Amino acid sequence: MPTLFAVVTISFFLIRFAPGGPFSLERPLPPQIMENMIRAYRLDLPLWRQYLDYLWNVAHGDFGPSYIYRDFSVGQLMMQSLPYSLQLGTYALILAVLGGVAAGVVAALRQNGIVDYLVMSVATVGVTVPNFVVGPVLSLVFAVLLSWLPAGGWGDGSARFLLLPTIALALPQLAVFARLTRGSMIEALRADHIRTARAYGLSRRAVVVTHAMRGALLPIVSYLAPCAAALLTGSVVIEEIFGIPGVGRYFVQGALNRDYTLVMGTVVLIAVFIVVLNLVVDILYAQLDPRIRHD
Amino acid sequence: MTDFTSPAPAPDPGPLPGDLPAPAEGERGRSLFRLALRRLVRNRAAMAGLFVLLLVTLFSFAGPHLVGHRYDQIFTSYVAVPPSLEPRPSDEHLQDVIETAARRGRVTVGDFTVSGGSFTATLNSEKTIDPRATRYIDRTDEFEGTTVTATEEDGRRLRIAGTVAREYFPFGTDSSGRDLLVRVMIGGQISLLVGVLASLVSLVIGVTYGAISGYLGGRVDDVMMRFVEILYSLPFVFMVIMLVVFFGRSFVLIFLVIGATEWLDMARIVRGQTLSLKRREFVEAAVAMGLSDWQIIRRHIIPNTIGPVVVFVTIVVPKVMLLESFLSFLGLGVQAPLTSWGALISDGTTTMQAAPWMLIFPSLFFVATLFSLNFLGDGLRDALDPRDR
Repeated sequence: MPTLFAVVTISFFLIRFAPGGPFSLERPLPPQIMENMIRAYRLDLPLWRQYLDYLWNVAHGDFGPSYIYRDFSVGQLMMQSLPYSLQLGTYALILAVLGGVAAGVVAALRQNGIVDYLVMSVATVGVTVPNFVVGPVLSLVFAVLLSWLPAGGWGDGSARFLLLPTIALALPQLAVFARLTRGSMIEALRADHIRTARAYGLSRRAVVVTHAMRGALLPIVSYLAPCAAALLTGSVVIEEIFGIPGVGRYFVQGALNRDYTLVMGTVVLIAVFIVVLNLVVDILYAQLDPRIRHD
Repeated sequence: MTDFTSPAPAPDPGPLPGDLPAPAEGERGRSLFRLALRRLVRNRAAMAGLFVLLLVTLFSFAGPHLVGHRYDQIFTSYVAVPPSLEPRPSDEHLQDVIETAARRGRVTVGDFTVSGGSFTATLNSEKTIDPRATRYIDRTDEFEGTTVTATEEDGRRLRIAGTVAREYFPFGTDSSGRDLLVRVMIGGQISLLVGVLASLVSLVIGVTYGAISGYLGGRVDDVMMRFVEILYSLPFVFMVIMLVVFFGRSFVLIFLVIGATEWLDMARIVRGQTLSLKRREFVEAAVAMGLSDWQIIRRHIIPNTIGPVVVFVTIVVPKVMLLESFLSFLGLGVQAPLTSWGALISDGTTTMQAAPWMLIFPSLFFVATLFSLNFLGDGLRDALDPRDR
């Protein structure tokens, strides 16, 4: 809650102290209309009153009207675009977690082997190369040169359209997961209880899957929240590159058009997401690791 | 890139001067530093990274003076030409141009040769040629300064010579006809500068904040760290974008804003160091000598946190460069005609179908730089804190 409050407060006052207003167009409006507009948007009230109003409205889910997309409220725009972003983000998260954990476990089991080096060098590339380079390159290779997949757009939402953006979005996070998993797996495999399990003659598979991974996956759970936040940030770029009509795209368009309420609404929405995710991960973590439950 | 596991107050890195007098303190510090340097030099990946980084810096800052094109100079006849080591225009093209020009002057071209920046040709005609026919050649974009060097066969054949305006575009040109080589160089300047300056901003804020918080301790520390925690959970990238949108897009603002958002980890690390440092005897001695809090922080605490801080800076610099190029990619960074790698990559993505080189060259430089910084950072971390991984 304090985070959300801080986000709303900071963004609200940033707007008010910023030079230029939503109505300072290239062709100035007649003073009479200007006055009416200001009254209509309640900008004539004292600042503290506007601030309280905005807080009240946001708390009730009303982000105000969009300045650029006339006839739409910010809430409507977001309801329109959110499903696209959520779908893309979920797929990317699944790909990143599954792919990253699998790669990390395999690398850890063959520590210092060829597979390990391969996975780790790919992971280094994934961490280093920003997704606004990966996205265009993927699109260049698979859409333009090979023309196997469409270069952009949502289309009918089928896998053909979603494959490239999902990969581009997931790759950096996949790399992080792979590195994390490898590190904690190597540590877990050295632990005493693993040696005991081996001594009991359990199969390699049982040792790795039920005993080693259980402990090793804890740091991965705790990275889920930052990862989701990074995916949200990344989706701004990915949606722009692949022309997906999601929240990120609206955010960029809003920012470029100086659509203040839209930008603010998006920021608040994303903050809500991050806060909720943090909470969920904290709860999940407490469930998985009894040691921190009574902390 | 393991910054998400921001370390708990790292245990003290090795023996630090405790009860030794001040000059010996510097002596001992230097030998620690030498050890670290030796470890760093032995690390091949880190040295390769450093080498590439130096090359890229040299390329970006010295390059524009060597090429001779300005970054905002527009060559209208060469819009979006592909990269080539051959000079432009090509010899065949020049042949065409001079023949067309000669036809206008009602003469024909005999042997025509181009070497370097000059050309020689012979002009033939049935009748005596008016030397002013060379003006038709001068009138083209490609040739200038045409003079008659010899008159043969009663003026029916002229030998002429002049200069050719030829340009080299090893990286090709962009869609406005600007030399991509120079633009990649200038973009590198901006990206590197933003990376370094913003990191400095975050360094100053983070170190000061962390040292004050850790040294004063108690309730002040609680409040200051709680504030950092709140800031941690803000969606910062979005706040930065908002700042840039609302306050206009200037170079100074960009690195100030980025620096102001990246200091949180730094503050935590320095605070952790400070907590362990302030219990040491030399701080006690300083207190006993009657130094003020600020003097102790400045002279005794901050210099001793330098190791982890240096390591962390190498993590911050690529992060900052990424953030800057992210902003530029969205069109919120530096404004044209000035450019940065992010902005160039952004331009490249819109034209990659027709002109892939506009995406490839800036990406190549950007990725190489990020790689080198990563390797150098890993090397520095290993060198300064060998126990950590």
